Amino acid sequence: MTRTHLDQTLANSRVVVVAGSGGVGKTTLSAALAVRAAIGGRRVAVVTIDPAKRLADALGIAGQTAIGNEPVRIPLDDAHGELWALMLDTRSTFDALVDRYSPNADQAQRIRSNLFYKNISGALSGTQEYMAAEKLYDLNGDERFDLVIVDTPPTRQALDFLSAPARLRRFIDHPVYRIVIAPSSVGLRAVSAVSQPVLRAIAKVVGAQALDDALAFFRAFQGLDAGFRQRAHDVDRVLHEPSTAYIIVTSGQAEPVAEATYFVDALESANVAVSLVVANRLMPYFGGGDISLPAPLAGNLRELADERRAEESNLEVLRTARPDTPWIRVPLVPELVDERLDTFASLRLLGRALGDAD
Amino acid sequence: MDPKLFLSASRVFIVAGKGGVGKSTVAATLVTAARRVGLTSLLVETDGKPLLVGGAGDRGLTACTITPAEALAEYLDSSGLGRISRRLVTSGIVDVVASASPGIDHLLVLGKVKQLERGRAADVIVVDGPAAGHALTMLRTPRALADSVVVGPIKQQANDVLGMLNDETRCQVVLVTIPEPTPVNEAVETAFSLEENIGVRLAPVVVNRVDVHPPIDIPDVLAQDSAAVRAARFRNDRIAGHARCLDDLSRRLPLPRIQLPLDTHATLADRTDQLLGAIENLEGGAP
Ligand SMILES: Nc1ncnc2c1ncn2[C@@H]1O[C@H](COP(=O)(O)OP(=O)(O)OP(=O)(O)O)[C@@H](O)[C@H]1O
Ligand SMILES: [Mg+2]
Repeated sequence: MTRTHLDQTLANSRVVVVAGSGGVGKTTLSAALAVRAAIGGRRVAVVTIDPAKRLADALGIAGQTAIGNEPVRIPLDDAHGELWALMLDTRSTFDALVDRYSPNADQAQRIRSNLFYKNISGALSGTQEYMAAEKLYDLNGDERFDLVIVDTPPTRQALDFLSAPARLRRFIDHPVYRIVIAPSSVGLRAVSAVSQPVLRAIAKVVGAQALDDALAFFRAFQGLDAGFRQRAHDVDRVLHEPSTAYIIVTSGQAEPVAEATYFVDALESANVAVSLVVANRLMPYFGGGDISLPAPLAGNLRELADERRAEESNLEVLRTARPDTPWIRVPLVPELVDERLDTFASLRLLGRALGDAD
Repeated sequence: MDPKLFLSASRVFIVAGKGGVGKSTVAATLVTAARRVGLTSLLVETDGKPLLVGGAGDRGLTACTITPAEALAEYLDSSGLGRISRRLVTSGIVDVVASASPGIDHLLVLGKVKQLERGRAADVIVVDGPAAGHALTMLRTPRALADSVVVGPIKQQANDVLGMLNDETRCQVVLVTIPEPTPVNEAVETAFSLEENIGVRLAPVVVNRVDVHPPIDIPDVLAQDSAAVRAARFRNDRIAGHARCLDDLSRRLPLPRIQLPLDTHATLADRTDQLLGAIENLEGGAP
């Protein structure tokens, strides 16, 4: 085999989803993977769902190029391919969908100005995940790119985006949804819908005003649901295609490893195989010292080796739970911790570490 | 200051911080420390995550988990909607409609914490909160709902929870971070946002995993590319990096600090000693 597992994943996938718990290096790795794949000749779009500006920082373009909802090209002089970056804007992605499926501008306007819509189309969990999947679908079909790398936010909801399309479909198909939208066809107002026991119960929880807004939204949404349902189906398909790879990132600390184990299990129960686990930021191996070393230096070698051993024993939990999942280990790169180097240089360092690590 | 005084200054401590900074460990340590000084204590997990390696159960801690779905079901029950509530929850429709009042799930979880607090479930209740960004969203929710919902049970609940959050004898937030630039930035931002927008009292910030080793002297005679020298440089870099971050933190965040050492072999009992020691070193009487 001439290619490492990582490079095969980058070469053969159309989508790579990077997930893991907070601060383990998802954004940095996504950027490094994108740079590596672009250098290797692919036309890559890296998209971050994380609203933080970390991707721009990681790519070293903060303050120069604004990353927004549309892909921007990042210059890379020695690349055979291309590097593009974008940041998910849930609201504008949702707006674009509404515009696309509304039969006319008037209906689109009615939906967009609805209070419920304004709430759910913001950064709410659930919607955000669905819009992420949506964006991914869009990019996947975009002729300009042959690889899309997705940097997910540090929460459980990173996985919700896998099930988001199915949830949306279930909702649209739900009998209660039918009840909710039914009255409008015969011209009744929200008040009468609220008299339904189910809706009365909901109103009691969320408040009548909120429910009214929601009902108005669902009415305005009518006619769009078929389009949305089909779309959700297509998005779902992309998420489960074999050309979509999932990379789970962890550090060697106990908490992220436990989270990573949870992620791997959850993906598996969603019928998705994890392509690769990246154990990032590990204490480097320095090698042994000879007996004539001054005590503080010898002691230090021992202590650092100890730290690495502790990390390995944490990682063992995941390894024994998932013996067949491929792994790579990436050492901690001090320049990256301190954000000392020019970031592009450090991404290359990390890219190299990734390449050597297999 | 006296650890017992410190730990009884508030009935609820919400521990917040990014994953991997040791938030859950700090939460468990606080619970054990409280017991050590003769207070009853309860650990509350909030996001239904699997009990971590050496989870609360294994360590003989009294613990409970609150998930939004359960809190919601319970809330519906208590509003006299028991029968219908299960159907609403399992059908997922509440999820969607609750989106109309964003944050209702967070409010319900905090409401449940408040209920434990009111019911004096323990002298000290330690909440292992969600990851930092999310903790902020969660803690902002009651204010937002209290301002935006006009009447009804949600308004009531939001006001009750706010009452708890704004009373430092009832609730304080313990921010946990590690001495690295990104986590420190995040901690500073979170701290200001919590104080300004929510008016919740911040307990001393916990800086976890601090390398407290003195710098290592590297003799010139050693081969500069030998393992020992490279390792010593690495270590010195880390020690200096941590010092810079601690410095940065104390300049930017006017809060007392509790430092816990990076210590791979420490058991929960060791960490409890370390925490109690750090509390004793804090200045002042009641926080
Ligand atoms: N291999 C590495 N060696 C050293 N530092 C690293 C490495 N990988 C990432 N980092 C550093 O760790 C910090 C967190 O990285 P990053 O922001 O990529 O994590 P994340 O998983 O995206 O975080 P979040 O969960 O907040 O989105 C950054 O300061 C980054 O530079
Ligand atoms: Mg990130």
